[in-house]
Amino acid sequence: MLAVNYRGPYRIRADRDRPMPEILHPEDAIVRVTRTCICGSDLHLYHGLVPDTRVGATFGHEFIGVVEEIGPDVKKLKVGDQVIVPFNIACGKCTFCKQGLFANCHEANPEATAVGGVFGYSHTAGGFNGGQAEYARVPYADVGPMVIPPDLHPDDAVLLTDVVPTGYQAAEMGGIQPGDTVVVFGAGPIGIMAAKCSWLFGAGRVIVIDHVEYRLDFVRKYAQCEAYNFKSLEDPVAFIKKTTDSLGADVCIDAVGVDAAGSAMQTLTGKKLLMQAGAATALHWAINAVKKGGVVSIIGVYGPPANLVPIGSAMNKGVTIRTNQASVKRLLPRMIDHIQKGHLDPKAIITHHIPLEEVPDAYRIFNDKLDNCIKTVLIPPTARV
Amino acid sequence: MEENTRDNVDIKAWSKKGGAPTPKDFAHIKGWGADIDPENDPTYPMRNREKEDHGGYDWERPPLQPVNMEVLHSLERPNITAVFGTAMPPHGLSGQIRRFAFRYSEASYIHWLSLIMADRVNVVEGVIDDLKRGQVPNIYAEKGYKALWKHDRTGLFKKLAVGALVTTAAVALIARKAKD
Repeated sequence: MLAVNYRGPYRIRADRDRPMPEILHPEDAIVRVTRTCICGSDLHLYHGLVPDTRVGATFGHEFIGVVEEIGPDVKKLKVGDQVIVPFNIACGKCTFCKQGLFANCHEANPEATAVGGVFGYSHTAGGFNGGQAEYARVPYADVGPMVIPPDLHPDDAVLLTDVVPTGYQAAEMGGIQPGDTVVVFGAGPIGIMAAKCSWLFGAGRVIVIDHVEYRLDFVRKYAQCEAYNFKSLEDPVAFIKKTTDSLGADVCIDAVGVDAAGSAMQTLTGKKLLMQAGAATALHWAINAVKKGGVVSIIGVYGPPANLVPIGSAMNKGVTIRTNQASVKRLLPRMIDHIQKGHLDPKAIITHHIPLEEVPDAYRIFNDKLDNCIKTVLIPPTARV
Repeated sequence: MEENTRDNVDIKAWSKKGGAPTPKDFAHIKGWGADIDPENDPTYPMRNREKEDHGGYDWERPPLQPVNMEVLHSLERPNITAVFGTAMPPHGLSGQIRRFAFRYSEASYIHWLSLIMADRVNVVEGVIDDLKRGQVPNIYAEKGYKALWKHDRTGLFKKLAVGALVTTAAVALIARKAKD
């Protein structure tokens, strides 16, 4: 089958001789992928920043498709069902799944206890091949996947696998109360969705900080918020303080993670010299820009071993830091409800539909922010017949 | 610096009335306040354990995926998880380094730095594997330079120039050392 084949940092291709996935566990399903996205966090893999990313791996944790085969213990799905596949692999039985912490399942990733199982996200996340392929193996098929409601557009459905619940959870973790000022660092797909969702919780003011002008223009219109280019601000933290009567924002959301721009020191130590796990610039700003007693919500991806962050400021300001990977299964029904009511229009952030065969160009376009790219969907050839 | 306004409207007009905003104040935003919940503080994720959750690792495990390949597992857990990925089992020199890495816990720098080193070694192994199969890696295509050529030709030339400069400097340095 055709699938993505990682060859090293910034090198990726789609090969036609990749092995077909098989049922390896009684609760597995095989899904024929109909749409799959490139996520901002895939770029951390693409850059070689995630430890234990093995050559030959197939990326892709955002995908929907058609069930082609099921294991003997799968009862809720049947062959032919069109399904949303959450990016988390979760057993539904462990103590963490029972608490709704589906991103923290203890039965899906042997390689790291700190990380749950994720499709196509290195062996640090379980060593599963991902959905940037014609077919994918989906473990615990009765737990995570959900049949796509008939009135849901496939482009909306594929964004429910990660972007929408992740952006929503970023706002949710902020514990936003009516009237709160929310600052979102990052105007990528997650930041855009976090800004949009902040209003659902009653934010009184939403501000987005980034440096990519076309994305700032987009988020201003899409999320009806303020948006500022940090390159035109002398100091983004001082700007936030100034515009919030010198006190800071009630809630700061880091929607960037390890690949942040904006600080020469963080870039040098994190991305050039690899002395820390990427550049934690957005988190640094978030902790410094939040009000005393405020909340920092971290949804941007950070990985091992560690990052330079101003934990002293967090301590002295009494900041609450709340963070996790999105618990997609927990949020899916609510997200679908918001789409059906017209509160959220996820597919509007998709700028590119690209054949899977052209995956190297798709990664380059997304990575370099070419052609005003915000979100890229890959279409495998088996989905086009 | 840009004006501190949204669409030239006073962004906190509602606050001048005193108290919190109402849906009327944000009628232009679909769904504003739909998920307001005074109980949402503290919010997800929060400690929410039932009595039985204090028992430790004693839940009824799912059926176990047969282990018929080498699977490295964190020494912070006693076993392999009930399911696991089967992509790229450890092999070659990179595999040796990965096995070494898994002798250390996730709290150890040596664990992660070894894995990153293994990843870099694995890239060289990947090129050798390609060549063994008679496939010369098309670096230009794999790096997506076609897209760069189409959308950002200056950027492509910059990348190529920097690459040429770094290579020339490295070759010159090696040649100088060899001469000494």
